[in-house]
Amino acid sequence: MTRHLDREIERLKEGVLGLSALVEESVYRAIRAVEECDPALAQLVIDEDTTIDQREVLVEEECLKILALYQPVAIDLRFLVAILKLNSDLERIGDLAGNIASRAKGLAALPRPTEPIDFGPMFAAAKGMLRGALASLVELDTKRALEVIRSDEALDDLNRANYRAIKQLIKDNPNDLDPLLHYLSVSRNLERIGDHCTNIAEDVVYMMEGKIVRHRVDEAW
Amino acid sequence: MGQALKKEGVHEIVSVADLNLWYGSHQALRSISLSAMTGEVLALIGPSGCGKSSFLRTLNRMNDLIPIVRVEGRVIVMGQDIYHDGVELAELRRRVGLVFQRSNPFPKSIYDNIAYGPRIHGERRRSELDGIVEQSLRRADLWEEVKDRLSASALGLSGGQQQRLCIARALAVRPTILLMDEPASALDPRSTAKIEELIGMLRGEYTIVIVTHNMQQAARVSDRTAFFCDGSLIETGVTSELFTNPRNAQTQDYITGRFG
Repeated sequence: MTRHLDREIERLKEGVLGLSALVEESVYRAIRAVEECDPALAQLVIDEDTTIDQREVLVEEECLKILALYQPVAIDLRFLVAILKLNSDLERIGDLAGNIASRAKGLAALPRPTEPIDFGPMFAAAKGMLRGALASLVELDTKRALEVIRSDEALDDLNRANYRAIKQLIKDNPNDLDPLLHYLSVSRNLERIGDHCTNIAEDVVYMMEGKIVRHRVDEAW
Repeated sequence: MGQALKKEGVHEIVSVADLNLWYGSHQALRSISLSAMTGEVLALIGPSGCGKSSFLRTLNRMNDLIPIVRVEGRVIVMGQDIYHDGVELAELRRRVGLVFQRSNPFPKSIYDNIAYGPRIHGERRRSELDGIVEQSLRRADLWEEVKDRLSASALGLSGGQQQRLCIARALAVRPTILLMDEPASALDPRSTAKIEELIGMLRGEYTIVIVTHNMQQAARVSDRTAFFCDGSLIETGVTSELFTNPRNAQTQDYITGRFG
C-alpha cells in the first residue's frame, strides 16, 4: 500500500536531490573559476545563487507542510528533520561557493602573485567531502557519511597550513597582499564547505540510525 | 525517560509475567510480560484485535465476566497475585478502576453517579459523600462545570463531560491504578484535549494504563509505550524513543502507518 506520505516524501526527495545537484555544480564551478582565473564563470556562480536560495525555500515549505499534515513519526520524522537541517547546509554551501566565486573575480582582476598557493589538495579534499556527503544522502549510506565526518580534520589541517603559508608570503612579498588575501578567503570558504558537508553527513547518520553523532562521532562509533 | 520513572520510591506496581489468554480455542494473548511503574502513564498501542484491550482487562479481571475466557500466567498488582483464589474482586476493582471507550453514566443524578461507588463500599455519611463528590469532580476537572446542577441527570451532560464524569466516578473509590480503554476515541478534538490534560494532571498520583488507537495521543500522554501485534508484545520503550527510533521493524511499520 502506498501511503500519501510516501508520495510526498518522494517529491521532497526529488526536490532535495535537485538542490544538491545545483549546489555541487556551483562549488565545482567556483573552484574552476579560481583555478582558471575565469571571471565569467565566477559571475555565473554568483548569479545561480538566487536559484539555490529559492529552491531551499521550496524544500523548507514542503517539509513544514508534511510535518503539519502528516505528523510523521520514527524514520519518517527523522527523515524530515534531517532534510530540514541539511537543506540549510546546502544553501550555505551555495553561499560559500558564491564567496569563492567573488574571490575568483578579484583574483582575475589582479596580477598573479609572485608565489601562488597550490590549492590542488584543498580543492580535491573539499570536492571529495561534498561528493561523499551528497552520495551518503542519495544512497542513505551511514558508512560513507561517517567517512565524510572523519575526513573534515584533514581539510581543517590544509586550511591551517594555507593560513601559515599565506602569512609568510605576505611578509615576504607585501606587494602581493591583495591576491594573497583573496587566497586566504578561498581557503577559509573551502574549510567552511567541509564543515557543512560534515553537518549533512551527521544528519544522514541521524536519519538512518536515530543517533545524534554531532560532537561525539568517535565515542558513538 | 518519563519523569515519574526517575523519582525515588518508584517501583513496579503491576507486574505481568508470561500471560496467556484464550477466548475459547482462540489465543488472544501470547506469553506477555510487562510491568507498570507507580505514577507512570503506560500506553498500549497496536492494530485492532492485537490483544491490547484483552491485556488491559486482565489487570482488574474484567475478563472474568466472559465465560469462555481462560487465563494463564502471573498478574501481580500491588504485590498480590490477582488470579489467586482468595482475591476479593470488588476490592481489586476498587483499587484498579476502569474507564471505558464510551462513557456510561448511570441514569441518575451527577451526584449519585459519583457517590455510587463509595456507597457500595459502605460510606453513608452525607458530609463524607459531599466531600468525595466534590473532590472527585475537581480531580476530573469537571467541578466548575457542574457544581450548580449536581442533582441534574448525568445523561444531560455532553459526551466529553460524561467521560470526565466516568473518570470522576472511578476516582471516587480512591483507586491506585486507572485503566483507560480508548477513553477519548468517541470524543471531538476539544473534549479529547481535556481528557489528555486530565491524564497529565493525574499522572504521578495514579498509575495509568491506557489503550489508544490514536498514536499521537499515546505519544502526547504516556511515559512508556507498549506495542502489541497478533497477541504478542512486540516492543516496549520510553515513548519519546519508541516514536522517534523504534528498535523493531514491525513497530516502525505500524507507527508510520505502513500496516495496521
